[in-house]
Amino acid sequence: MEEGKVVSRSLQQSAAAYAVIHEKFGDALSAFDGNETMPFFEVLDASLWVDIALYMRDHPKLKFNYMACLTGLDYPLEEKLGIVCNFESIGIFPHKLAVKVKCAREGGSIPSVACVWHTANWQEREAYDMYGMLFTGHPDMRRILCPDDWEGFPLRKDYKVQETYHGIKVPY
Amino acid sequence: MQELEKAGVGSVRVTRKSDKVVVIEKDLVTEEMLLAMGPQHPSTHGVLKLECLTDGEVITQAEPYLGYLHRCFEKHCENVDYPAIVPYTDRMDYLAGMNSEMAYCIAVEKLMDVEIPRRVEFIRVIVAELNRIASHLVAIGTFGIDLGAFTPFLFCFRDREHILSLLEWASGARMLYNYIWIGGLAYDVPADFNKRVREFVDYFRPQTVELFRLLTENEIFVKRTKGIGIMPADVAINYGWSGPMLRGSGVKWDLRRNDPYSIYPELQFDVPVPDGKFSDVGDCLSRHLVRALEMEESLKIIEQCIDKMPSSEGFNSRSAIPKRIRPKAGEVYARAENPRGELGFYIQSDGKSTKPVRCHARSSCFVNLSAMKDLSKGQLLPDLVAIIGSIDIVLGEIDR
Repeated sequence: MEEGKVVSRSLQQSAAAYAVIHEKFGDALSAFDGNETMPFFEVLDASLWVDIALYMRDHPKLKFNYMACLTGLDYPLEEKLGIVCNFESIGIFPHKLAVKVKCAREGGSIPSVACVWHTANWQEREAYDMYGMLFTGHPDMRRILCPDDWEGFPLRKDYKVQETYHGIKVPY
Repeated sequence: MQELEKAGVGSVRVTRKSDKVVVIEKDLVTEEMLLAMGPQHPSTHGVLKLECLTDGEVITQAEPYLGYLHRCFEKHCENVDYPAIVPYTDRMDYLAGMNSEMAYCIAVEKLMDVEIPRRVEFIRVIVAELNRIASHLVAIGTFGIDLGAFTPFLFCFRDREHILSLLEWASGARMLYNYIWIGGLAYDVPADFNKRVREFVDYFRPQTVELFRLLTENEIFVKRTKGIGIMPADVAINYGWSGPMLRGSGVKWDLRRNDPYSIYPELQFDVPVPDGKFSDVGDCLSRHLVRALEMEESLKIIEQCIDKMPSSEGFNSRSAIPKRIRPKAGEVYARAENPRGELGFYIQSDGKSTKPVRCHARSSCFVNLSAMKDLSKGQLLPDLVAIIGSIDIVLGEIDR
């Protein structure tokens, strides 16, 4: 955050929550991106993601018990795929925070947090279905919206739709 | 159960009801059976397939299969301009188009920092709350039908028709409105709109009481729903539940209150949460009760909006719409309280294009339905219908 800039209350709360996580995990996290619309930080060492998730859920000053949204993302320029998760703490603290995790574009994987928040189960399946990153340790890693035998991952920027599916012409 | 085993009874089949274990069958050897419910089944409210593994009448596992209505909403969003996404959001949750549009517009407005005229905010809240009542009426009516009560369904649809006529008068469409635009509205409301809405509120208030006596307090209905499919509050939060589902589990969480947007902070309304006297907290009846009580709160909000709304003099509903909708580079996650829970939009803009780089819809019923496997385990097959009905799913929003 820039010095001397007036920031909103919610942004201060997010920054305070980030400081608590940063104290424990230090260099595994990127710097805090304190924008007004969606403050977030990135997990640089993806192998620590489940530990960070558990810490965020259980630490008495954080208590992020609610994962509102998990979105898959494609970064074609960086040759990476990623997710962004929006967290908040229902009924305990007013703070909100978003976390980004990235992995390699081809054959990349991200540790699954379905064991930390049940809601991640289906939302990770959706991200896999659309982008093709695997979630290691996920209890049920299958496609969810597309059919099991669909080719390719539709939301990747370089996606080419298959010509036919079981003899049916696909592009219209 | 242990006593039964001690008494030398071989195979025992049990189910859960409230906190009690009920024995259904004893000494009966059966094989597990795979039963596919759906995709074409009236009580799955669309095209949802549930693959149930059953042991007699008891479900040992119910696995949902989705995607029959997948229309690539998110892929389409990356190929059209920001304003052109509004009609797509209608087609997601087709029972609550106004609420979906509002959630999307809030997200883009937050990214662009647009100042909205006050009258626009009031009209938005009125149409969204009307749509919430219409959506709850469908939820309650079809929930009744799932459990064999046909009449309340007809009563609900009769009253919903009034709302659809009002919304059609304002927007020109009955379900897929494209009425709320980024920064404004397609049109101002017609001249007598507020008068007609007030007439509807006066007409509808006694109807909610009638509906209560007809369905909610109905002995058979209560027997079918009370104590069925209980979800404790902490597990519900962990599952990401929101809206009437979460409040049914006793968590007082409403985005209109807890993360206020639009003009909701100025309005007086309660957030109904079951107290455990009439229903067991977290069961199907609680979730139904929250919806039934919420309609009354929506009526209160509508009345206040009509009273406080600025006059239409010199008002142009499109005055604040930006000439060119091209948000600055950045990301936003914004959400609104839909009839089914939290509908959120994650939008990423690169600051150069008039199309979003990424637009993700966080569907409320998609997340609510993900608890199905846990919720249905050990329940009776007929109770599965009650559980699906109480989740109030719209497959258009789940599959997107």
